[in-house]
Amino acid sequence: MRNKQATQLIFELSRPGRRAATLPPVDLPVAEVAELLPADQLAGAPPPLPELTEGEVVRHFVNLSTLNMSVDTHFYPLGSCTMKYNPKRNERLASLPGLAAVHPLQSDNSVQGLLQLLYELQEMLAEISGLPAVSLQPAAGAHGELAALMVAAAYFRQRGEQRTVVLTADSAHGTNPASAAMVGYETRTVKSRADGLVDVEDLRAKMDDRVAVFMLTNPNTLGLFDSQIREITSLVHERGGLIYLDGANMNAILGIARPGDFGADLMHYNPHKTFSGPHGGGGPGAGPICVRDFLAPFLPRPVVVRDGDSYRLENENGDSIGRVRSFFGNVGVLVRAYCYIRTYGGAGLRQVSEDAVLGANYLLSRVKHILDVPHGDRCMHEFVASASRLKKEKGISAMDLAKRVLDYGFHAPTVYFPLVVNEAVMVEPTETESKETLDAFAEALFRITEEAPELLQDAPHSTRISRPDDVTASRRPIIRWQPE
Amino acid sequence: MTGYLYHTDEDRSAMLAAIGAASVQEIIDAQVPADVQLRRPLAIAAGMDEITLESLLRRLAAKNASAASHVCFLGGGAYDHFIPAAVDEIAGRGEYYTSYTPYQAEVSQGNLQVMFEYETLVTQLTGLEVSNASLYDGGSAAVEAVLMALAADPKRTKVVTSSGLHPQYRESLATYLQNIDAACEVVETSATGTSEQMIEQIDASTACVLIQHPNFFGRLEDVKQIAAAAHAAGALVIQVFDPVSVGLLKRPGDLGADIAVAEGQSLGNPLAYGGPYLGIIACREKLIRRMPGRIAGQTSDRRGKRCWVLTLQTREQHIRRDKATSNICSNQALLALRATVHLSLLGPQGLRETAEHCVRKTHYAREQFRSSERFEIVLDGPVFKEFVVRDREGAVEELMEHALSQGMLAGVPLGTWYPELHDCFLVAVTEKRTRDEIDQLVQVLSSAFVAV
Repeated sequence: MRNKQATQLIFELSRPGRRAATLPPVDLPVAEVAELLPADQLAGAPPPLPELTEGEVVRHFVNLSTLNMSVDTHFYPLGSCTMKYNPKRNERLASLPGLAAVHPLQSDNSVQGLLQLLYELQEMLAEISGLPAVSLQPAAGAHGELAALMVAAAYFRQRGEQRTVVLTADSAHGTNPASAAMVGYETRTVKSRADGLVDVEDLRAKMDDRVAVFMLTNPNTLGLFDSQIREITSLVHERGGLIYLDGANMNAILGIARPGDFGADLMHYNPHKTFSGPHGGGGPGAGPICVRDFLAPFLPRPVVVRDGDSYRLENENGDSIGRVRSFFGNVGVLVRAYCYIRTYGGAGLRQVSEDAVLGANYLLSRVKHILDVPHGDRCMHEFVASASRLKKEKGISAMDLAKRVLDYGFHAPTVYFPLVVNEAVMVEPTETESKETLDAFAEALFRITEEAPELLQDAPHSTRISRPDDVTASRRPIIRWQPE
Repeated sequence: MTGYLYHTDEDRSAMLAAIGAASVQEIIDAQVPADVQLRRPLAIAAGMDEITLESLLRRLAAKNASAASHVCFLGGGAYDHFIPAAVDEIAGRGEYYTSYTPYQAEVSQGNLQVMFEYETLVTQLTGLEVSNASLYDGGSAAVEAVLMALAADPKRTKVVTSSGLHPQYRESLATYLQNIDAACEVVETSATGTSEQMIEQIDASTACVLIQHPNFFGRLEDVKQIAAAAHAAGALVIQVFDPVSVGLLKRPGDLGADIAVAEGQSLGNPLAYGGPYLGIIACREKLIRRMPGRIAGQTSDRRGKRCWVLTLQTREQHIRRDKATSNICSNQALLALRATVHLSLLGPQGLRETAEHCVRKTHYAREQFRSSERFEIVLDGPVFKEFVVRDREGAVEELMEHALSQGMLAGVPLGTWYPELHDCFLVAVTEKRTRDEIDQLVQVLSSAFVAV
């Protein structure tokens, strides 16, 4: 039974004079604030925050939570996002007071346990990537891309090389060109071939001495491991460029192939994907980066170093690009990643990827009888189908399909990405879904394609709202509540 | 095998049969060239069960001092404010923390409404019209604000700030500016604040002034005066503010700021050794199309029901790629949820009283230090919740170690960032501290015998 009050805004539920928090009396022999601070600095009244009791606040936000789909409640085959199960033990452990209540400016000797954990995480990420030097500082994948491109820029600056261009694949995440632009690079796009892999001839044509970095996602956003990877990386290295690996798809290759071994010079991880730190409704993530030895001096500072039995933050790194944020990094997310990696161990991580590949290929083997899958019979951890034919024959778009999937009690796949597939439907089941769930999802897709187009074009039908008006939202933005 | 694997041997066989492959290795071999495959196990210790893992983590956690085991007077951008139980309870719901970015609005109304409520609360705290759904932290929010100002007028390439800005925010800004055509002028702060010195630096090439108020040393600044001078020169004003302080102090928008940024850790988020934290950013209406990151907006659905969506997405990287206002994708939604719940629990009176506690307890603590012969107050003047103490014996590190052994995290040494303040430390006092704790701090530090 839906609580109808829940969808009122917290501001509409507010009543003057109600309150939740009370503070102890100020038992101090000091003056009132008005005598301590200059009058012209003081506001006449506090900000007009809502006024509610604790019970009302709790009911409001608990009820709102029930309007979300989540991994805890639903299958979430959202391509490119790796929505795997988020272990409860990691939540408990990250909130241990000896980790969660540590102040960022404590002395190194008062945080030895935490520094040990972070040091070991650096080592494990280096081993998984095959790239020896690690910075845990970036706050998200895109932030890691940015930091790594700054590392590359500092490297070329020190060598006195004027390289002004970053190449990105046409199938790349939007963050790749956006990050390059923030570091002042001109971005140029490398085309994909019809089979979804990098068009090496196009890369060869665009790869000149002005190119600093080629940003590559491998496996790519079509879920394909690029078999030409050696040729690609040598081509870039021969012209003095660096290879950046967007690690968004690391869930496919843990213990199977290492970016450092296939030619990447820099990369980021998304621990909130690969290592199950939850997505939090959009964040927080983390974006640790790994680089080759010769790029290590340029990493953001500080990094954790070990001296015998003790650990400390190393700040004395003259070539470092500096900080990219305040304090150490998204430690809470990193602690969860540490717990995840320690739970599986080396052999277990390989099994994670093997199962992710197995699940995706199994679902592909069923979906290819329902939708066209333009890029073949095999994939790594995800695949991209196309609703093009459905659209032509029945007027059903990828969006219609996605919206109708919601009615069947599944989160929708990613649609309209990557941009290189028309009416793209991108499916990533992850390793933490059973065969029965994958079967039920395939069955739902099949039934949907048999349904009347009108039913789909109005979908979803079972959710509290359906097809919000995005155009009006953007043309006449209402982005805050105001009293009438 | 330990972990969270789902498939039985029977499942695996059935799945491989449906695929038409003999093994997963065969599927991998068809795509991943043999010469790039790792032919050995990863050199990472064998996995472990939950009991063993918990025991390991508890051992590591026990080696750390924390605000839970020690009395915490540390500040400098992260503070030991009280977090009500209801914040943890709500943020601990899987429907929130295991959901994705709300691109599918129909099954994300909870998250979207929270974002809308968060944005509204931020406009209430700042007195500005537009908030986004969050940035990474206070430092990167300050950087993004400067990038907004630089983009607003490409002819202006100068950024004016002061040493009263958090040193790690300054360092982050310097990192970002290395690769673009812009330069930062940093003026020195003094006991009277920095407004005069900053105003001298403002000229026709100035894109923005970046002023922290209360500043890194806890001192109040004259933002109004700086804003008037900056606006007269056509520059934008960015204020780094403390979200708790606006329970008492005038809001950034009321002081003339065009963009306000803050570290939102103080609003219900754990210290967690520096992250994940919450980057708050708000701006005036005229800058809305330059705002980085996600924004939730109100609209109606096909049946006319009020609802919420991600909006103005043409600013963002997944649409505009290299022309986006920022590269940010993942943000700090869960921390923004915590702040939303926290502010709803505090309400106007709770926020005001929290701020009053900070001001009065901080001034009390400062007077106790002042009356000790060993210490001197520097950068004196009206402060909000922290202040600078000089140890006349110049033994800051040793003092802090001594306090640690007495169960106190006493202060943040300033010498790392300010060589001239090598004998000084920063003390922060939140609403959680009691008179007894403050008295004990001063007593422990005053009576410490420290060989230098």
